[in-house]
This record gives sequence, structure tokens and C-alpha cells, in this order.
Amino acid sequence: MGIRFVLMVNKQGQTRLAQYYEYLTLEERRALEGEIVRKCLARNEHKCSFVEHRNYKIVYRRYASLFFLVGVDDGENELAILEFIHLLVETMDRHFGNVCELDIMFHLEKVHFMLEEMVVNGCIVETSKANILTPVQLLDKTS
Amino acid sequence: MAGSSIMENLFQRTLEDLIKGMRLQLIGESTFISKATEEIRREIKSTDHHTKSTALLKLCYLSAVHGVDMSWACFHVVEVMSSSRFAQKRIGYHAASQSFHDDTPVLLLITNQLRKDLSSANHFEVSLALECLSRIATPDLARDLTPELFNLLSTARVFVRKKAIAVVLRLFDKYPDAVRVCFKRLVENLESSDPQVVTAVIGVFCELAAKDPRSYLPLAPEFYRILVDSKNNWILIKVLKVFAKLAPLEPRLGKRIVEPVCEHMRRSGAKSLVFECVRTVLTSLSGYESAVKLAVEKVRELVDDQDPNLRYLALHVLSVAVPEHLWAVLENKEAVIKSLSDEDSNIKIESLRLLMAMVSESHLADISRVLLNYALKSDPEFCNEILGSILTTCGRNVYEIVDDFDWYVSLLGEMATIPNCQKGEEIETQLVDIGMRVRDARMQLVQVGRDLLIDPALLGNVHLHRILCAAAWVAGEYVEVASNPFELMDALLQPRTSLLPPSIRAVYINAAFKILIFCLDCYLLQNEGSKYEQDAGFNPRNTTESFDDLSAENGIERVATHDQTITPTFVEKKNFMHESIVNLLNRIELIFGPLIANQDVDVLERAQNMLSLVLLIKGENDNSFQDVDKKDTRVSAIIKLMRDAFTMELGPVSTSAQGRVAVPDGLVLKENLGDLHAICGDIELPSSSSFSTAGPHLTATSDASSSNPLINEESGALNESTSLIEHRKRHGLYYLPSEKSEIVTDEYPPANDPKSNSNINDEASELVKLTEQSLLLKKRTNQTKPRPVVVKLDDGDVAPISVQRPEPRGDSLSGAIKDVLLGSETGPSMSQSNPYDKSSRKQKEKKKLGTNVQSEMKENVVDAEKPDSENPNSSGKNHGHTRERRHRGKEKIVEGEEHDQRGKKKSGHRHSRRKTHQRAKSPLNVVSQTPEIPDFLL
Repeated sequence: MGIRFVLMVNKQGQTRLAQYYEYLTLEERRALEGEIVRKCLARNEHKCSFVEHRNYKIVYRRYASLFFLVGVDDGENELAILEFIHLLVETMDRHFGNVCELDIMFHLEKVHFMLEEMVVNGCIVETSKANILTPVQLLDKTS
Repeated sequence: MAGSSIMENLFQRTLEDLIKGMRLQLIGESTFISKATEEIRREIKSTDHHTKSTALLKLCYLSAVHGVDMSWACFHVVEVMSSSRFAQKRIGYHAASQSFHDDTPVLLLITNQLRKDLSSANHFEVSLALECLSRIATPDLARDLTPELFNLLSTARVFVRKKAIAVVLRLFDKYPDAVRVCFKRLVENLESSDPQVVTAVIGVFCELAAKDPRSYLPLAPEFYRILVDSKNNWILIKVLKVFAKLAPLEPRLGKRIVEPVCEHMRRSGAKSLVFECVRTVLTSLSGYESAVKLAVEKVRELVDDQDPNLRYLALHVLSVAVPEHLWAVLENKEAVIKSLSDEDSNIKIESLRLLMAMVSESHLADISRVLLNYALKSDPEFCNEILGSILTTCGRNVYEIVDDFDWYVSLLGEMATIPNCQKGEEIETQLVDIGMRVRDARMQLVQVGRDLLIDPALLGNVHLHRILCAAAWVAGEYVEVASNPFELMDALLQPRTSLLPPSIRAVYINAAFKILIFCLDCYLLQNEGSKYEQDAGFNPRNTTESFDDLSAENGIERVATHDQTITPTFVEKKNFMHESIVNLLNRIELIFGPLIANQDVDVLERAQNMLSLVLLIKGENDNSFQDVDKKDTRVSAIIKLMRDAFTMELGPVSTSAQGRVAVPDGLVLKENLGDLHAICGDIELPSSSSFSTAGPHLTATSDASSSNPLINEESGALNESTSLIEHRKRHGLYYLPSEKSEIVTDEYPPANDPKSNSNINDEASELVKLTEQSLLLKKRTNQTKPRPVVVKLDDGDVAPISVQRPEPRGDSLSGAIKDVLLGSETGPSMSQSNPYDKSSRKQKEKKKLGTNVQSEMKENVVDAEKPDSENPNSSGKNHGHTRERRHRGKEKIVEGEEHDQRGKKKSGHRHSRRKTHQRAKSPLNVVSQTPEIPDFLL
């Protein structure tokens, strides 16, 4: 499994989205998120975007007030994951138009939908923005 | 009922309301959440599907973002999943994948629902079920749904197929038998022209190959095609990862891929791809000099980049190159050292790792010096990183790279005084270890120990206590090489030692005890010596011993022979004045007096021992206080005995020492030991009173007493040993075999002590000391030799560091893949007799997967051809063409191949070629040792 989890956390450290590709109990998730957020949020712009934590490698990127944190296996290509984060943000941006934290808060299930299109079982399966957005747009139309 | 549900529906808060309410925070967040949860609990029981699903949606939100438990709602999740409306079904599936796990009881209920949705005509429903399955699949679910997934793997709907491919990974993991069914189709997808499908399938193979690369060697041709043809960076990165795993297993493969990889490295503008190429070359193609050069060139660009990400990765990947291409690191040395003061601690740590990898004997001291300076300036965390890596590097393989132990010991002492140092435990271990292993370093060790002990400020630092403990032990154990034992004693007795924890305090007391014995012994000896000169006729000790022997015993000679610069010590030691000894005794009495009321038993006991000894000596001294000549022989005898006990050297103990003791024949360890009670019943436990005055070397003391009738207090020990001997005679079965004489059998020698066999009775110890002396003399002549002797044990000194690569998962998955691969090996006889009665599926698998079987019947080849021609998916025009091309490519490399095979049917061509080649190589070797790469490609 390449990607183990995707987190979106605002700069206050509040989780906005948490998607895990392996089962962790609620306590484990909370502990993990707490540790990672503490580690990553303490780092400034001039530091690199990779943090080793337990057996994960965390690749993170900050967009405005929101941190995107992706936990991957050690062997994963870090730069590709950064690109993946950027792709996700661009996709959301295309859908929501100038995406912000509130968009994600209030349309969490749509963001999940996009993520589900991009990543299945920790593997990146889709990298085309149009393809990712098709089902989301269909869902919008029907409802 | 209907009315109530409409009301519920109308007044239900939506997720948006919930989030807005949360943001208002009129009441505290936790109260709000608990209220909302209450509300959800009520709503979720509703019969109205909309109300129910909205409640579940809210619950999912609270669970994911605020960590609210939702396991109680699992049954409702199942209900919502089965809704006919897509929007509701989606909520249900999302909730399931978020909250279900292997132990969720309702998992058994959803199999049919999943099956239904997996076969649905609506591909969004299929996609939901696949997504869910990828997260919650249990072995049961995986087994039951394998047929559905098998169908989806070749569906024309790419949208579904790519997800099904990704789910297969979980399927294989949970239910390895699925490999037999699905693997063939998975492989077929590698040939798909759709980049989405290829992205998914290469991702799956990347994960599979990471766990057990060998099994996927036969697929190398497919991967190679992707590597050469694909333009998609995501795919290329994954395929490079696959090759990084495969290339080390098959040299011919490396030769083949090195050029395309370099081509990508040269041409690609994407940093991620370039970096992956670099990593692949450095990890798996390190034998190809030109490729490595190119990679290092790229690394050099990265290591100086503005972007900290690239700098970090460059350093990271350099550390991969260290074992084989140290030059690559040395070339970038400046950048590495510069990174040591980078703002980012992660980059600093990477550069530290690299720096430690560069260290060799010649510049260890310089690098350590630089690093210690960095450590002084750094924040506590990085400081300890540095110290830790110095300690590990220097300690590696029994101080392999340390030449100058005096320097290293001082370095350890210096580390201890760095304010942020928290590596007490590691330093403690090394100090003691060096003491035991490196005789030549002991003087410096005691010197360093003294510096540490004597500084009252250090006692206040909790992190240093372990180091002080080691220093105290060293000072006590090797006091004979100390420049000034009285100074050491002062340090050990200083009032601030009360800050130490009891366990370490006990070590302090014991060290003080050893030093006291040493001082007294020297004092007595000195008197004897002078007496010996005045009156050769009277020597309170054994008169047969010569003065030289005596002085050798207490180590003075040893020191003197060790190094000529120690002469002042020698002189100083000659001057153990009567007053100074009396002062010492008085001080000990004064300081240890209060300790006999100490809470800790260890401290209490040792202080008591010490005091008893002091009182004993003083008692004797009082009698003869004025007259040294009439010195009581008893005291000197005791002192001498103890001294003897302490001079026995402690050696390092092998971790496997216990294992080396052979289990005697007939000893059944698991048998009931009840009957042992009957045997032991008649043995009285010996009283331990005789052990009150000595430290850990009791056995030696008691044994020595057997040859010295002057001491009657110790006779208890003698009784004990005789009773033991008797017991041994009677029940020899329960004892370990021993070639030694019966009289010393109760004396278990310290493991690996070089002279453990002979140091037991007086004559033997005399002999040992003589040999020791000669040894030392020899050493003096070798003084120019740069590196002192480090005691190493032949085997298992430290727990063996496992350098073996992580073993391929011995679990069922790789087992299943092997089964599939070897399946056609056990197959032949069956397929020979009735080649067509197997399912075509199975045959296809065999065809694809049997590619690395070493010996196979020719019939089997024909057998494997059939399904391929029948298979609508795999053989297209294009396909045959590529095979032909690859085939030609192979011929260049493999010569002496029979060419008449070419006349065969195209589709079967590759197999027959490969097989004949392999047959020629090892016709009888059924169990394949080194799976072959299908060489038609290489």
C-alpha cells in the first residue's frame, strides 16, 4: 500500500478531513494525528516537506491555512506525492472555484468522493482532473 | 408513523446545520458533540431512509473529524448501504469503509449486498462497492467475492476496471488463493493501452514486488515495455520502483534497463522522475559505472538546490550510495558538511548520517571533533543525535574504527560534560566495556573517570548519573592504575553523592570499598617491604613468596611496566603514610555511619560491609597503633585475600555464553522437578554470614580461605563447598560436566575470562600472575604498535546484526504466488494425461506464470499454447509483433540457441524458446533455485 492516509488539518491543528487506507482504531487515529500535526505544524516554510514518523513518511504541503498531510510507505516517491497533493488541490479548485477551508468543511463528502476516485487501496489510480470530477459532477446534477 | 417520519424529516438538522452549529460554538464543543450524537442516535432509528441516511452522514462527519465512536451504528450502516437510492447508498458505503474492521460483527451480512453491487450495471455502484471492499475486505469476504472481481478485471468499463485492479491487492493479501484465479487477468492488464488501467496495475505490481520480488521476474518483459514506451511519469516512477526490486535478482535485467533509465534521467524535466531514476540507479544498478556517474551528477544539482525538499532527498539518496560508492559522498562532502548547519533538522540528521558513513580510522578524530563542536552549539535534540551517532559509529563491531583508545575515552568524558547530553546509558556501557576489553586504555579511563567523579556539579544532572556509575565502577575496578587513589576516594565520598539514586550509590560504595582495600594493601606491603629490607627473617605473609611476587600482585609492577611515565605514581604509592590511612578510615567511618540507616537495602548492606571492615581494621590497629612492627597478621591476611579477590580480571561476556554450555546427556529440562525436592531435602542451606565483608568476588575469597587456615570466620564457606561436593558426588546427574578437580567445582568461572581456569588457588594464581607479567613485558616491547589489543570473543560477542535482507514474506501470499508459479511443475503428469479438462482459466494462468519453471515437459508447452490462441484478450496483431521483436532482441544475447524452434506457432513461440533454453541449462533440477528471466526479451 503506497498511501496510508490523507489528512487535511488547518493551522490551528483541527482535522478537516481524515482518510485512512488501513484500519486504525479511533484512539490510534487521534494519537497519530496529534503527533503528526504537532511535528509538521512546528516546521516553517524553509524546511523540507518530509517528516519521518514511526514507520511512515509524512509528505505535507501547506496551502493558505490548510495543511495537506499524506502518510506513505518508506519507499514511496516523495516528490510524486507532493505532485499528488497539488493535483488534489487543483482538482478541488476547479470544482469549487478558489477552494478554501470552508468548502472542504461543508462539502466533505465531495472531497471524499474525489479522493476515492484518485486513490483506491492506497494506490493512485487516476490523475486526470476531468476524470476525477466526472462522478462528482454527475452526483451534483442528480441531486 | 408516517406522520412522525415526515416531522422528523422536516425538523432534522442536515450536516450543514450541524457544521454551522458547531462553528457558532454557543455551547462548548464537547457538549455540542454529545448533544448532536444523542440526536443522531434518535434519528438513525427512523424508518424513513432519508432521515436515517442524513443521521449517518452526520455521524460519519463527527467520527472522522472529531473522533466520535460510531461502531454502535454498524447495523444501521448495513441498512443504509442497501438503500436503492444512490446518494443514500453512497453514505452507507462511506460509513462502512470508515468504520468497519475485521471484528465488526455485521460484516457477515454484507456479502450479498456487495456481490449485488459489484455486478450492478451502474458502474458508480460498482465503484462504491469496490472502494468499500478495498478497505474492509476480510479473508471471508475476499474469498466469497473473488469471482466478481475476476469478472471486473476484464470489464470494458475502464472506470471500474482500474479500481478493481487496485482492490485485487487487498484481495491477494487477505485471500492468497485468489492469486490462482485473478493473477492472469491482472497481468493481461499490463498490456492495456489505457493509461488509467496501466497506472493502477503497475501500482499493484509495485506493491506486490516490494514484498516478494522474485516471483515477478517472469513479468520483466512487460515492465520493460512500459519503461520504454510509457510517457506518463506516474507510471514510469512505479515501474522504476518495480525494477529497483527486480534488477538485483537478475544481472541480465540490469544490463538491459540501465540505458532506458539513464535516458529518462537525461531527458525528463520532472524532478520526481529524475529523482526516482537516481534512486533506482544507486540502489539497484550500482554496478554500472556510467549510470552511477550520471546519477551522482544529478544528485549534485539537487544537493545545492534552493528547495529544501530536493536537498533533503539528495542527501537521503546519497546515503543509499554509501556502501558501494563512497566517492559519491566524498565528492559532495562540502555540501554535506554545509547541510549540518541547515535550518531544517531533518536535513541536518540526513547529513549527519552521511558524515558518519564517511568516517574511517584516519579522520575519525577530526570528524568527531567537528561534530562535538556542532553538538555544543545545537539544540538538545540534534545534539543527542550527534552524540548518538558518534557512539554508534565508534562502537560498531567492537570499536573497529577506533585506533587510539586514550583519545576515545577522553572523547567519551567530554561528551558527558556537554550540557545537553542525554546519552548516559550508551556512554556508561561503552566506558565499562572498554575497561574490560582494552587493557591499555584503563589508565586513561580511570583518569577520565576521576575527572567526572571529582566534579560536584555533575552529580546534579540526572542524565549523567549512569555515566558517573560507570566512572565509579571503573575507578574501583582499575584503581591500581590510578594516579592518586586518595583523590578518587575523596570524589566517591563527597557529600553530594546523596543526590544519586540508591542503585548508583551502591556502586559508589563498592568502588570505595575496592579502593580502600587497595590502599590498605599497598600500605601493608610497603611496610612489609621496608621490613623485608630491614629484617628478612620476618614476613607476616607466606615467607616463601618473594617481594617481587608480592609487588606484582597488587599491580604496581604492572603499572610501572606499562609505561615509564608512570613513575611518579609508583613513587606516590610508596608513600602510603600511616596517618593518611588512619585519616581515611576515620572519614569512611564518619561518612558511612549515617548510611546504615539508609532506606535502600543495597546501600545499607554495602555501607555496613564497609563499616565492619573499617572497625575490624581499627580494632586491630588500636592494639598495635604505636608499633607497626607488631602489626597483626590477621588484618594483613584479610586484606591480602580481598585484594586477591579484586585483582581477578573481569572479561566481557559473550551473549551466547549460556548457549555454549552443553546440555548434558539425559537431562530433561521439561520433566517435572518434583523429585528434586527429595534430593535437596537433606541439604541444609549454608549460612551466609561469612559473606558479610566482601563484595561481588565472594566465591574467590571463600575459596582462597581454604588454603589459608588463619581465617576462621570464612570457614563457613568451606563447609558449604564440601557439602556441595558431597552433593555432587551423590547426584552427579544434575550437575554440568566438568574436567576440573572436584575441589573447585562450586566455582563457576566467569565466562570468557582468559585465566579463569587457573586463578583459583594460590599456586595457580601465582602462575597466572607470572604469565601476566611476561605478557606485559612483551607488550612493552610492542609499544610502538598503534592499536591496543581489544578483547574480542570468537563468536556472538554482540547479538549478531542481521544484515540479511528482509526475508520474503513467509506468509500465504508469496506462498500462493509460488504455488501458482510452481503449479505447472507439479502439473505436468496431469496435463499430460488430460490436457483439456482443466478450466481454461487455470491453463491461462499456467501459461503466464509458469514462465520461470526450470524443467517442464514439452507436452506442457503445447498444452500452454492452446488457451493462448483461444484467449480473445491477449493475442492481437500488435501483440504478436512485439513478441517477435523481443524475440529477436534476445537472440543477440543468448547464443547457441536452437533456431529450428522458430518455425513454431507465433503465440507459443516465446514459451518454447524459453523452455528449451532452460532445459538445456538444468534439465533435472525441479526445484528452481534461481528463477530464470525469460530470455526471449533480454
